[in-house]
Amino acid sequence: MVSPGTSVTDRVRALVAAHRGDRGALLPILHRIQAEFGYVDSDVVPVLAAELNISRADVHGVVTFYSDFRSEPAGRTVLKLCRAEACQSVGAEQLVAHAERVLGIKTGQTTPDGSVTLEQVFCLGNCALGPAGQVNDRVRGRLSPARLESLLKGAASR
Amino acid sequence: MTTTVYVPRDSAALSLGADEVAANLAQEADRPIRIVRNGSHGMLWLEPLVEVVTERGRIGYGPVEPDAVAGLVAAGMLDGAGHELCQGVVAELPWLRDQTRLCFARVGVTDPLSPEDYVAHGGLAGLRRALRLPPADVVAEVTESGLRGRGGAGFPAGIKWKTVAGTPGPLKFVCCNADEGDSGTFADRMLMEGDPFTLIEGMTIAAYAVGATEGYVYIRSEYPDAVRTMREAIAVAREQGWLGENVLGAGHTFDLFVRVGAGAYICGEETAMLESLEGKRGMVRAKPPIPAITGLFGKPTVVNNVLTLASVPAILAGGAAAYQALGVERSRGTQVFQLAGNVARGGIFETAFGMTLHELVHTYGGGTRTGRPVRAVQVGGPLGAYLPATGLDLPMEYEAFAAAGAMLGHGGVVVFDDTVDMASMARFAMEFCAEESCGKCTPCRVGAVRGVEVIDKIVAGQDPDGNLALLGDLCELMTEGSLCAMGGLTPMPVRSALLHFADDFGPKRAGDFGPKRAGDFGPKRAGDFGPASPNGGGHR
Repeated sequence: MVSPGTSVTDRVRALVAAHRGDRGALLPILHRIQAEFGYVDSDVVPVLAAELNISRADVHGVVTFYSDFRSEPAGRTVLKLCRAEACQSVGAEQLVAHAERVLGIKTGQTTPDGSVTLEQVFCLGNCALGPAGQVNDRVRGRLSPARLESLLKGAASR
Repeated sequence: MTTTVYVPRDSAALSLGADEVAANLAQEADRPIRIVRNGSHGMLWLEPLVEVVTERGRIGYGPVEPDAVAGLVAAGMLDGAGHELCQGVVAELPWLRDQTRLCFARVGVTDPLSPEDYVAHGGLAGLRRALRLPPADVVAEVTESGLRGRGGAGFPAGIKWKTVAGTPGPLKFVCCNADEGDSGTFADRMLMEGDPFTLIEGMTIAAYAVGATEGYVYIRSEYPDAVRTMREAIAVAREQGWLGENVLGAGHTFDLFVRVGAGAYICGEETAMLESLEGKRGMVRAKPPIPAITGLFGKPTVVNNVLTLASVPAILAGGAAAYQALGVERSRGTQVFQLAGNVARGGIFETAFGMTLHELVHTYGGGTRTGRPVRAVQVGGPLGAYLPATGLDLPMEYEAFAAAGAMLGHGGVVVFDDTVDMASMARFAMEFCAEESCGKCTPCRVGAVRGVEVIDKIVAGQDPDGNLALLGDLCELMTEGSLCAMGGLTPMPVRSALLHFADDFGPKRAGDFGPKRAGDFGPKRAGDFGPASPNGGGHR
């Protein structure tokens, strides 16, 4: 993370510098920023624009086009449930409804205590072993309500 | 004597605990063992599939849950002993034996990151032969093989390559579209995780053939394991001299980079992918100009799908004639079909074009996982048609599907049992399009939202005749007026659902169906289109 004395701006500049030789480097840079800070703060937009010599509107447009880039930090555990056709054929909609009920939030929201963010995803490439989900970037298959809850408990205790 | 045991690293196997299985094996083994993390053979209902190397061959055990490892070891698994989970010699299983594996020849067999394994199992033969031929002959070989784009559109690969080769320029690119966003498809992922060198070899052959020096693999962010494996494989390939300034000592320069998407289905459309690679919003470009002439950063660019490029090494190694001899009509060679959804035996089935959908779904897929009757099958992803259980006698080839108002696409087959409600699947097709449209053209951006509304009215019994006519008009407009396949093909699942499952849309269903629907779908609808998402953009 950011070491004391290093401002976010300096850190962003360093990340841009690390990708200076890359063609069309904005996406790789945004991925690095999100990996480091957990989200893409609106304050980094003008810094990126100045460093890359593009307009703030260009940077803002890219950040908001892609659903991966968050405007605020996610919960400690991010649960993504697949809602695409193959997973729907084996009960994804019921699983999403169950998760919303258990967590007390809607898809796209974070629990008030900041522990879990629930998101929908369209396909994780695990279509023969649905319903599929992702718990903190780890793909899981054949998710039953019970298995989902045990995975969430496991993630919370980590 | 060390016993060799294979435990897949494919993310489908990982999703059911393969890492834990490997850890438990290392702990429980009663003798020295060497654990190789291979790709998956593609018999996904058997994952995690553990294989033990014995004198008889590789004996498979699956599906192995982490907790079952101790019992299996005690029962003599490391000697290949019988057990209820024992599947016998894996290579002799009918499911594998009946396939013709060219693209997937090494997937599941080798250690994906071992260059020695790769070469020992026939790797680099295609590239070595290509480098001995003049580039134009390599293009001709691919053209004569009949290889068509495996991403869905089915455009002849050789013709695309010829255009790039014939467009002069100091800088050309080869871009691999690995933004495999279609539900029911996972072959790209499995190849990248299970045999990444094949993709690298295919891209290198393409680069040599068209005179390109730089390549990009655009992988969706939903595939973190594939991203890691591809990056490691590229580093190994550079060390081996398979990539870089002097590929295999033949004087050609080609280097390759992985770029990661950021959660946008539309970036699987080739021009949106190019925009994204350039660091921009993934907005579709109008064609012409075609990417072969004005592609990445305006330079001549080959854009092919993973399976297209991964088929090339086998074509060059075995010759165009051998590849062309497989398949039917204008669909030549093999296709990597993917059985998914509510299917008893899901996974990868690579075979020559021409097998019927019925045979795939019933003979190999074993019908539904739930054991209920098959009601509908969607082929070709979210933009493909729904076929009724009585319409599965179609041969798996491009033109037969097109003639039936359907689409073979990327070869993904999603099975549904008789509990599926086809009106809600049609609605979902429109909802998905509304969610994922890049917004550049009006038929797609607005049409999809209107499509959801009109289907809701039909199902609710509001002026069904009038609204059905309106839906028909809307579908026609989207088909004819959209800039790309996203808006242009979304009507395909909708119209096929209307054609084959009209009863599901009938107002008579509205009464018994309404309350259930409100419970199942009502609350989420608000979340889908409302401002609830923390990330402002999409809603994943």
